[in-house]
Amino acid sequence: MIEFKHVFKEYDNKVIAANDLNIVIDQGEFVYVVGPSGAGKSTFIKMMYREEVPTSGQIKINEFELEKIKNREVPFLRRELGVVFQDFKLLPKLTVFENVAYALQVIEKEPVEVKKRVEHVLSLVGLADKADVFPNELSGGEQQRIAIARAIANEPRILIADEPTGNLDPKTANDIMEIIERINKQGTTIVMATHNSSIVNERKHRVIEIDDGRVIRDQKKGGYKDESNNL
Amino acid sequence: MKAITFKRHLVESCKSLKRNGWMSVAAFSAVTVTLLLVGVLLSIIMNVNKIASDIENDVQVRVLIDRGTSQTQQAALRKKLAGLDSVRSIKFSSKERELKNVVGSYGDEFKLFGGDDNPLNDVFVVKTKNPSQTVAVAKKARGMKDVYDAKYGGASAKKLFKVVGGIQKWGTGISLLLLFVAVFLISNTIKITILSRRNEISIMRLVGATNGFIRWPFILEGAWTGLFGAILPIIVVDIGYVWVHGILSASLASTDYSLLSPGVFLFQIDALMILIGIIIGAIGSGLSMRKFLKI
Repeated sequence: MIEFKHVFKEYDNKVIAANDLNIVIDQGEFVYVVGPSGAGKSTFIKMMYREEVPTSGQIKINEFELEKIKNREVPFLRRELGVVFQDFKLLPKLTVFENVAYALQVIEKEPVEVKKRVEHVLSLVGLADKADVFPNELSGGEQQRIAIARAIANEPRILIADEPTGNLDPKTANDIMEIIERINKQGTTIVMATHNSSIVNERKHRVIEIDDGRVIRDQKKGGYKDESNNL
Repeated sequence: MKAITFKRHLVESCKSLKRNGWMSVAAFSAVTVTLLLVGVLLSIIMNVNKIASDIENDVQVRVLIDRGTSQTQQAALRKKLAGLDSVRSIKFSSKERELKNVVGSYGDEFKLFGGDDNPLNDVFVVKTKNPSQTVAVAKKARGMKDVYDAKYGGASAKKLFKVVGGIQKWGTGISLLLLFVAVFLISNTIKITILSRRNEISIMRLVGATNGFIRWPFILEGAWTGLFGAILPIIVVDIGYVWVHGILSASLASTDYSLLSPGVFLFQIDALMILIGIIIGAIGSGLSMRKFLKI
């Protein structure tokens, strides 16, 4: 469960990236966040995992009330979330297996459990045979699948994806979407910021459109553009 | 922290030392130079302390007895001196013995003054409980009957204590300054290695690593740097000290003063250098992490 209540965010350079955001996302929902560049999508995403702190307002992620938590509690918030980025953010010096295992070692899981879990998520994204390969030996799509495997390794209830298909060709982007939808079907909430109109139009889910830091559309099974205006 | 996690941190810190190659060497060098200077300074300070305490124990008042004083008068004087509060011990030294000391120090020519020509006095060598009491005791002794004069190493002792105090103060000051500089150097060196691993740290934070978890490998890396950086200074200080000790001991042999013998002293100073190395390494490293762990 994600809840934004009257959330404002003003950066030091006076840019207002969130202007009274009021959003509720239930557990298990699939939400696209769309809007032009600089509209405030990334700020919205970053505030969820507390990379950015709102100027005012309340954010609730599961049982964490973000305006109340202390800095030392932030890691525990992040363990409830999986995050996937456009640029994958894999560690080049670690193998595929180690990259995924990393997320579990950080939360001090037992090695036996780590091995079991990593093998499971790698087979889930279809890369079980690439465990000993280094990221730079893989294609972009494969790297993104590793990043997704890492994000879901500790079974987060929410998966946040910031332009996960941004660097990928349409076919590969589709493969990634397959995987993300499969994760969603297992009950994980998905919040995905994207510019990819064909994906949003083909795979219909709730769409939240942000512009100038405001929600200008919140539509169930919506398209990339507001189709109601065309009627 | 779980044992498995600590093991992971240990392995990570070693890997990182290797991975950072020349930067690690730069950090070692900072520790090495610092510890070398600190080790030498410490050796000097500790030996100065030792000699200072030797001197303190050696401070005495020499009460010169009037010539022609009878045995009974001498005994009375001794009693009087012993009656003073601050006196610890009194030793009689006859003028023949005094002459022998002079001959021993200055040469056989002084044998000319033997027998009835001996111009020296019989002496009571008075030791005080506390070195600072020598002045007062000498003054009181001078006022007593049958006393020709009372001498104490006052001026030279005072001067010496001043020098010793100076060495202690400056040595400690310089050591502290050096340690501070070393922490700064190490912290900067490690900061550069951290900069290149910024991405890694941000990913660690993203997947929910606590600051402690992120910090430990770096702190251990700093501690390793300190430990390895201490090796060369230990070798140099140990060999150097044994050598200097050999030379100086020979010339101090005829005095009541001596340097600390290498055995236990070197063990202590080696342990101290290792400890200081590890601590400044870990602190330097920990400091450089702070900026990157702000959430």
